[in-house]
Amino acid sequence: MTSIEEVRQRAEADAKTFGYYLTPQPELLQGFLEGLKTNEDRYGYPSCPCRLASGIFEYDRDIICPCDYRDPDIAQYGACYCRLYVNKQVYESQSLPEVPERRPVEKQARAYGTPAAAAKQAPAQGSQEKPVVKAEKAQSGVKKKLWYCKQCGYVVFREDPPYICPICKAKREMFAEIESTVEFNG
Amino acid sequence: MQFSKVSGKKNDHKVTLYALSTCVWCKLTKQFLNENNVEYEYIDVDLLDEADKRKIHEIIQDKSGSLSYPTTIIDEKIVINGFRKDKLKEALGL
Repeated sequence: MTSIEEVRQRAEADAKTFGYYLTPQPELLQGFLEGLKTNEDRYGYPSCPCRLASGIFEYDRDIICPCDYRDPDIAQYGACYCRLYVNKQVYESQSLPEVPERRPVEKQARAYGTPAAAAKQAPAQGSQEKPVVKAEKAQSGVKKKLWYCKQCGYVVFREDPPYICPICKAKREMFAEIESTVEFNG
Repeated sequence: MQFSKVSGKKNDHKVTLYALSTCVWCKLTKQFLNENNVEYEYIDVDLLDEADKRKIHEIIQDKSGSLSYPTTIIDEKIVINGFRKDKLKEALGL
């Protein structure tokens, strides 16, 4: 089980890496960290405390803190959706902006009792014999692809490309899908 | 599906709060309503089972289309997304 202190250290280290700050209001910060800990204990990963998670990793992948939407939200509004992570200007002004939900509605909807979620609750008999990768795919129905950043070459295997390249900060438009083909000869 | 009821002296509006147990802004909304003695009912959606989550999805989508938390619905028609003191005060006449 993760302690609040571990959650705090992880968030602080991540903020430092990206040049962000944690929310300037101590009681809010404590609340965010507690929410993250609760979700990590409940789901096995620290999904966003301000969003409803499905409990299925592949569905919640984009809202595991720090979420996919943090970097574009901080770039546009100065803070992430929860307002756990903020930029220097917001940190110093102590005035938190309103940040609208950037997560697409289709992804939000996955948390509300989908057929895949129901399937997870009642797994089919003999399912443990299937290879892990296949089981994961069948359960969530999420189709992952290989994406590469045309600017720096960073490669990622996910449903969608990142909003901002974590390596060179290029925008999403710079990502292209790597289409792999297998050829059989002779 | 069980809503928790909080009684208050100010009960001239029907106030329903859709919340998450992990969400700080939802807690602040509850705190704000408590401090202002507003009668309301709330539900922590993350603690519900799949069938009830599906029902909540339908209810919220029907009213606003937005699935963000907290969502406060006043008199079945005014929908407030997020912890917005200004909007809550205006809608509740505080």
